[in-house]
Amino acid sequence: MNVLLASLPFYPLVSFLLLIFFGKKLSWQLAATISVSSMAIAALVSAMLLVDLSVSQHQVMTVNLWHWFDLSSESGNAEVNVRFYLDGLSAVMISVVTGVGFLIHLFAAIYMKSDANFSRFMAYMNLFIVAMLILVLADNLVLLYLGWEGVGLCSFLLIGFWYQEKANVLAARKAFIVTRIGDTSMVIGLLLLFNTFGLLNIEAVTTLAKQANELTGGQNTALGDDIYWIALLLLGGAVGKSAQLPLQTWLPDAMAGPTPVSALIHAATMVTAGVYLIARMHGIFLLAPEVMNYVAWLGALTLLLAGIAALAQTDIKRVLAYSTMSQIGYMMLALGAGAWTAGVFHLMTHAFFKALLFLTAGAVIYALHHQQNLFKMGGLLKKLPFESGLFIIGLICLMALPGTSGFFSKEAIIAQLWSSETAGPMLWWCAILGALLTSIYSCRLFFLGFLGNCRFNEKAQPDKSTLLRSALAVLALLSLFGGLIPLDLSLVFTMATQLPLVQGMEPNWLHTVAIVTPFIGILFSWFYFKSYRITSDVATKHVLPINEGRLVRFCRQGLGFDSFYNSLLVKPYQWLAQINKNDIFDQFIMLNVWYVNLWHDALILVQNGSLRWYLAAFGLAIMLLLGVSSL
Amino acid sequence: MTLTFIMLALVLVGAVAWCAEKYWQGSAKWLALIGLALLATVFAVFIISHTSDFTQLEVLTRVTWIKTFNIEYSIALDQLSVVLIALTWLLAIICVLVSWHEIKINVGFYYFNLLLTIAGIIGVFIAVDLFLFFFFWEVMLLPMTAIIAIWGHENRQFAALKFFIFTQVSSLLMLVAIIAFGYFHLLQTGQLSFFYLDWLKLEMPLSISQYLMLGFFIAFAVKLPSVPLHSWLPDAHTQAPTAGSVLLAGVLLKTGAYGLIRFVIFLFPQASVQFAPIAATLAVVSIVYGAKMAFAQQDFKRLVAYSSISHMGFVMLALFAFNAIAYQGAIITMIAHGLSSAALFSLAGMIYQRIHSRNLTDMGGFWQSAPRMGGFALAFAGAAFGLPGLANFIGEFFSLIGVFQVMPELAVIAAFGLIGSAIYGIVLFQSSFQGAAKQEVIDLQPRELIVCGSLLLLLLAIGLYPTLLLKFSFGA
Repeated sequence: MNVLLASLPFYPLVSFLLLIFFGKKLSWQLAATISVSSMAIAALVSAMLLVDLSVSQHQVMTVNLWHWFDLSSESGNAEVNVRFYLDGLSAVMISVVTGVGFLIHLFAAIYMKSDANFSRFMAYMNLFIVAMLILVLADNLVLLYLGWEGVGLCSFLLIGFWYQEKANVLAARKAFIVTRIGDTSMVIGLLLLFNTFGLLNIEAVTTLAKQANELTGGQNTALGDDIYWIALLLLGGAVGKSAQLPLQTWLPDAMAGPTPVSALIHAATMVTAGVYLIARMHGIFLLAPEVMNYVAWLGALTLLLAGIAALAQTDIKRVLAYSTMSQIGYMMLALGAGAWTAGVFHLMTHAFFKALLFLTAGAVIYALHHQQNLFKMGGLLKKLPFESGLFIIGLICLMALPGTSGFFSKEAIIAQLWSSETAGPMLWWCAILGALLTSIYSCRLFFLGFLGNCRFNEKAQPDKSTLLRSALAVLALLSLFGGLIPLDLSLVFTMATQLPLVQGMEPNWLHTVAIVTPFIGILFSWFYFKSYRITSDVATKHVLPINEGRLVRFCRQGLGFDSFYNSLLVKPYQWLAQINKNDIFDQFIMLNVWYVNLWHDALILVQNGSLRWYLAAFGLAIMLLLGVSSL
Repeated sequence: MTLTFIMLALVLVGAVAWCAEKYWQGSAKWLALIGLALLATVFAVFIISHTSDFTQLEVLTRVTWIKTFNIEYSIALDQLSVVLIALTWLLAIICVLVSWHEIKINVGFYYFNLLLTIAGIIGVFIAVDLFLFFFFWEVMLLPMTAIIAIWGHENRQFAALKFFIFTQVSSLLMLVAIIAFGYFHLLQTGQLSFFYLDWLKLEMPLSISQYLMLGFFIAFAVKLPSVPLHSWLPDAHTQAPTAGSVLLAGVLLKTGAYGLIRFVIFLFPQASVQFAPIAATLAVVSIVYGAKMAFAQQDFKRLVAYSSISHMGFVMLALFAFNAIAYQGAIITMIAHGLSSAALFSLAGMIYQRIHSRNLTDMGGFWQSAPRMGGFALAFAGAAFGLPGLANFIGEFFSLIGVFQVMPELAVIAAFGLIGSAIYGIVLFQSSFQGAAKQEVIDLQPRELIVCGSLLLLLLAIGLYPTLLLKFSFGA
């Protein structure tokens, strides 16, 4: 039994339990030490596991914790166990989750120091890590679903952490319910999967699907249909969690949570769970090339949509939220194109630089007394040089300027799009356009926030604690040099390599265009957003007009999806609930009561005690009887 | 004999508690608690020390009762009834604990009624003579009606009457079916019999059995309840005192499911299969409709009541799938729903004690002053919307997996209940515990912590280690 692997989620779990049970009694020092050190241990254990894994023979480690349940059907007995499975893919995930998670915990411990519910916050963060580790380590889809729902719950709790604000409560509700719609699709996918293969173990299902397909040579249409639907339904789960079209609307609102939450859950780890799911189930997706094509298109459309929306935001965190959505779109695009390793690689580098961007944004917001509006910032380069430096590092990674980690991963994706069977030149152009948008909104963000006039009246007070800054610095180093981490997942994606590659058909200008695109964006922004970066003009010192044109507002609100869903789904459901509040079935049944009461009242009328009535009724009845009998 | 003794002892303890309360105030609840704990222990010892493991229905006592009609006092146990009786004991003790400070008038009589109901419920789970079964069915109904009518909330008379009429009318149908079945036995074998095991041996043509089955089915569908016969439940649950709601949701609904298993599916296998499409459709409608109705409610208890309709729909759907996995799912859902709805109703009672309102608009922001209560509320709401790791998830997952193999379309529609349950669960939790703090409440007291803690532990235990229950076959 591999104790190291089995114990991994238990370090944060113990910390969670300690903080929940003794939360109120713990001092800040103690609570912070418990939660951060548990993460440090988890990160260390992951590092040791990485070493173990790389020297092990099959590059796979498993450990069985306990027997969960059996599903016995005609085709046999399917065991569903609480069992962890570590291979190259989950190794990448646990390193990101524990590594980046540790840095964010460290940051959060200082950032949230003054919050009255500090220990509760850290407890939720720890619980999130537990669920996320279970998600990525699960060897079967039911356990994966446990982690999947667990991270959803933690995300709900952390978005609504400041639950006294109505807006936060609603944002949390929205996030939970929208992702739940995706989750339900995933559950139906599991049902179909079990019905088709009689198993829920990921490895077994993958091999079984492959074998079945090879046996029939892809001619078995019933099986092909099932696999198509399974892939499509799993994709439904993935788009919900990863905030892709059409279930993307919850992510921008989720920024209501504290900034470390946005960094940890809504940038680095949880939102990439959908990417992980598809990568994990690549065996199924490879057998359904149509669905791979949908994945690519959804990713491409999301990355464009989010890029456009990011251009119009005024809130620094919402720009980053849309940027996250758009970067996950790249990952989806990569997966859809069959560039599995590149997609996972981008997941990792994105975790580094987006966590850096969010945390730095958090530090800036903190320094500016919770000001998040970019139009009220400006000129921060001089006031907050350290934070600005880090932010620049994050942004150049996001724009994928050559040499940064983002460059390596994004180029790896774009390079494989053109000649991929399930992608193609159209999607390649989408990716290029997306890269252009990325660099434009990044520049806009930077010019608005860090250049130009200072539109912030009070004194900026950055937190200068060494621990906080060192957490940021480590993330900055990872963002810059994380692209050099060698990532070889060929053992995970063995099936993928068998796809025939169409080489030699690509025009030779592809790479040049891909590399030059971000610079075009910068150049364009330099002139287009001139007014944002120029320091001059004393008269307009403290105001910068926000463009309130209809188109801009439309983009700012996420291209109208919210209002569309509102009138298509939310309103009708509420309306239906409202008009049938008294339960139509009950109304029918209560008709009986009405009917009985009717007779009751009618008969009371008859029993009026007046002799004339009785005589009249008596006479009438006799006449009637006589009349009837004489017929 | 032990089981008969336990039932008599329950009635006796109830009577003693009733009398004792007149002389020593506050003694009834202690007597009831101690009596229940002792008798539960006796039951546990009896089960553990018993030589067999109740895989088959095992007749324990058979005594002639009314000779003319060949009616017997016959009781039997199998794994299904053992598990349901265990749930009954647990919830009975919870009932006493949640009534501790809530019941202020006629205290002695209250505990008498409570214990009488529990005796009736246990009787329902063990009776194998159908006449005796009907007798216990009524024994369970009358004191329950009294509990609602005397100790309920503002609209209690109406709710009690509605509950009574619904159950009574439907059980009359069952009585007709019972007598007809007995008469059929007379025609076939020359002897009148109401003994369950005799009935099982009988070969009955489908043309007759489908009507008899319907008589039983309607009685149990009302109790379960299934749309469109559900509307007694929201009123009864809302108006009943906390313990009444706990008992109703936790165990009384399960007698409906138990009846469906034993007296519909096992007794009329052919007719049930024929009827399955209708029953399963009704179940799916219950799931979706219950979830939708729950969302529309402003009353904490009414919301939970409608959610019960949704959850019991899963039980009925799974039962009529005639599939081993679904059958296990139905039983786990029964237990899980017993625990989780009991927990939510207890919580509603605790909130009512503090703010004297069940209205969600009067609640909000309780987390601030009562974080422990908030944590439990979240966990129980999580159980209700099928959070993996808690018992309800296992039940629903098994049900859906099983049903999907037989009726994939219905399983898919039922899965939409998962979205509905998330919506009402989240709305329930958020409108009571999140938002701006409307008022301060006192956090859970030790007695309440025991109630919530034990229920949560059980939900977790079954959710993470369902082998606890799955090792039994429940006669499948």
